[in-house]
Amino acid sequence: MGSDEKVDCGRRRLIVATAAVGGVAGVVTVVPLVASMMPSERAKAAGAPVEVDISKLAPGQMMTVEWRGKPVWIINRSKEMLASLKKTDDQVSDPKSEKPMQPEYCKNEARSIKPEIFVAVGICTHLGCSPTEKLASGAESGIAADWPGGFICPCHGSTFDLAGRVYKSKPAPDNLEVPPYMFLSDAKIVIGEDKKGA
Amino acid sequence: MSTMTDKLQGLLDWVDERFPLTANWKAHLAEYYAPKNFNFWYFFGSLALLVLVNQIITGILLTMHYKPDASLNGSGVPVAFASVEYIMRDVPWGWLIRYMHSTGASAFFIVVYLHMFRGLLYGSHRKPRELIWIFGMLIFLMLMAEAFFGYLLPWGQMSFWGAQVIVNMFSAIPFIGPDLSLWLRGDFVVGDATLNRFFAFHVIAVPLVLVGLVAAHILALHEVGSNNPDGVEIKKHKDANGIPLDGIPFHPYYTVKDIVGVVVFLMVCSVVIFFMPEGGGYFLEYNNFIPANPLQTPQHIAPVWYFTPYYSVLRSITYPLFGLEAKFWGVIGMGAAVVIFFLLPWLDRSPVKSIRYKGPIYKTALTLFVISFAILGYLGVLPPTPGRTLVAQICSLIYFAFFILMPVYSKMDKCKPEPERVTGK
Repeated sequence: MGSDEKVDCGRRRLIVATAAVGGVAGVVTVVPLVASMMPSERAKAAGAPVEVDISKLAPGQMMTVEWRGKPVWIINRSKEMLASLKKTDDQVSDPKSEKPMQPEYCKNEARSIKPEIFVAVGICTHLGCSPTEKLASGAESGIAADWPGGFICPCHGSTFDLAGRVYKSKPAPDNLEVPPYMFLSDAKIVIGEDKKGA
Repeated sequence: MSTMTDKLQGLLDWVDERFPLTANWKAHLAEYYAPKNFNFWYFFGSLALLVLVNQIITGILLTMHYKPDASLNGSGVPVAFASVEYIMRDVPWGWLIRYMHSTGASAFFIVVYLHMFRGLLYGSHRKPRELIWIFGMLIFLMLMAEAFFGYLLPWGQMSFWGAQVIVNMFSAIPFIGPDLSLWLRGDFVVGDATLNRFFAFHVIAVPLVLVGLVAAHILALHEVGSNNPDGVEIKKHKDANGIPLDGIPFHPYYTVKDIVGVVVFLMVCSVVIFFMPEGGGYFLEYNNFIPANPLQTPQHIAPVWYFTPYYSVLRSITYPLFGLEAKFWGVIGMGAAVVIFFLLPWLDRSPVKSIRYKGPIYKTALTLFVISFAILGYLGVLPPTPGRTLVAQICSLIYFAFFILMPVYSKMDKCKPEPERVTGK
């Protein structure tokens, strides 16, 4: 259309209005298409709590259970292990668990309900690998002579102490996540549910 | 005899009146004039096309037996993993088709990396070929996506944990990150939903885009004409009929030349497919012959070799900046290492295109770039140590300096004068 030709303003307004309404309809249509890729109702419902018998877990031992498709570690920490947490206090980046990586009732020195029983999601907060347990302390751990026991992530080398607290200057930004859990009795715990009904 | 020829000509005329068959044949093959001085480096474009065809054909055959299902079968093995083993053991010639596909993936990256290096040598990205370069880079991006999605499908340990790490990278993006990675996975963990959608991306979404981009890449090339090892425009000197003096028809001259390349290439591929299909653990990683176990990460995980240079860049960024975590900057660094290639046509300010006439600065810069790219790739398959991280940081710096300083050093470089016409070399 040459610039000297007369523009039919009424018709142009109609074209603009039609294109705008059509464009909005097009964008709105994309919403269900994109939303269909979010977790389904079945996937959301699959996070049922898991009941675990810990009566056979001796001090110093660790077990792994699956909850919501993730590994959850349960460790019965010995006295020496608990004592090591004092030593690591000034080496970890969030010693007081200020970041919300645990339920309120686990925001304490040992990051647990009972000091000895430690429950954590075994997924590194960096890129989601599962760290390897190196519970033994000292040279026999194969890491360092002054290694107090903890976890090391095989992917990018983040290290965690025996309360799942991440060491300073490591790729992982946060401590390991402590899931909601509660004790049914001394020998039984439920992971994924606590007294507040979370 | 002549009546038969007449009939065929009649059929062709009938088609040509309805579809530009002869016109396209001429425009893209018989009368597409390519510079007469193509050398070794010009094999890899047509080889990439050949590998693409191989991947599509073997891929279609694999989907006939493969099952994207993460649930466990009666023997406690994931169905997807078991279906790949079924292809390898029970499907007639299944092992060959699977190895052609898995070796093809690595072959694709080898030829594409060499094809891109050719561009760096002879300035194939320079004006007026910027769009060819951009289409090519988009093909490279899509190829990376295609390889990543495909690597999850065998549902082995490396499939699972590789996808876990890459999808979690998106969660490093501030604000939208966690929701974005949830949307990509379709579940709170990498699982059946993730496997099914990666299958959909791998077999239909990405290949459609890829084929479209390849068409655009070739159409743009045939619009402006091919570059050549001298980096001079053959269209500057044409004969009375408008045909470039230094041009020869693509068919039969380059189709025949490319067939030689194809034969040698297929010989090499056959050796790999028949005698070392796992490529020493680089083409198919050994840990991927263990079914995916969401509760345990293998002791050492590394991406497949073609991703390792970028993976090294990711790992080399270990310090927070501007209040954002190192994790975020690692992802940004890795993304930037790929995306910066797009800017190449505008970063290169040299008066000449080809390395034959460029000065010592560009030659040094390109050598350093290739060496640091190779070292980054090598470090990416190894577990990190403080020493290796430092080397990776230095190499990442050289990698980015090659691009960022290019506008400066390409201008001050002492170039030789370009010839008027292509040389016989």
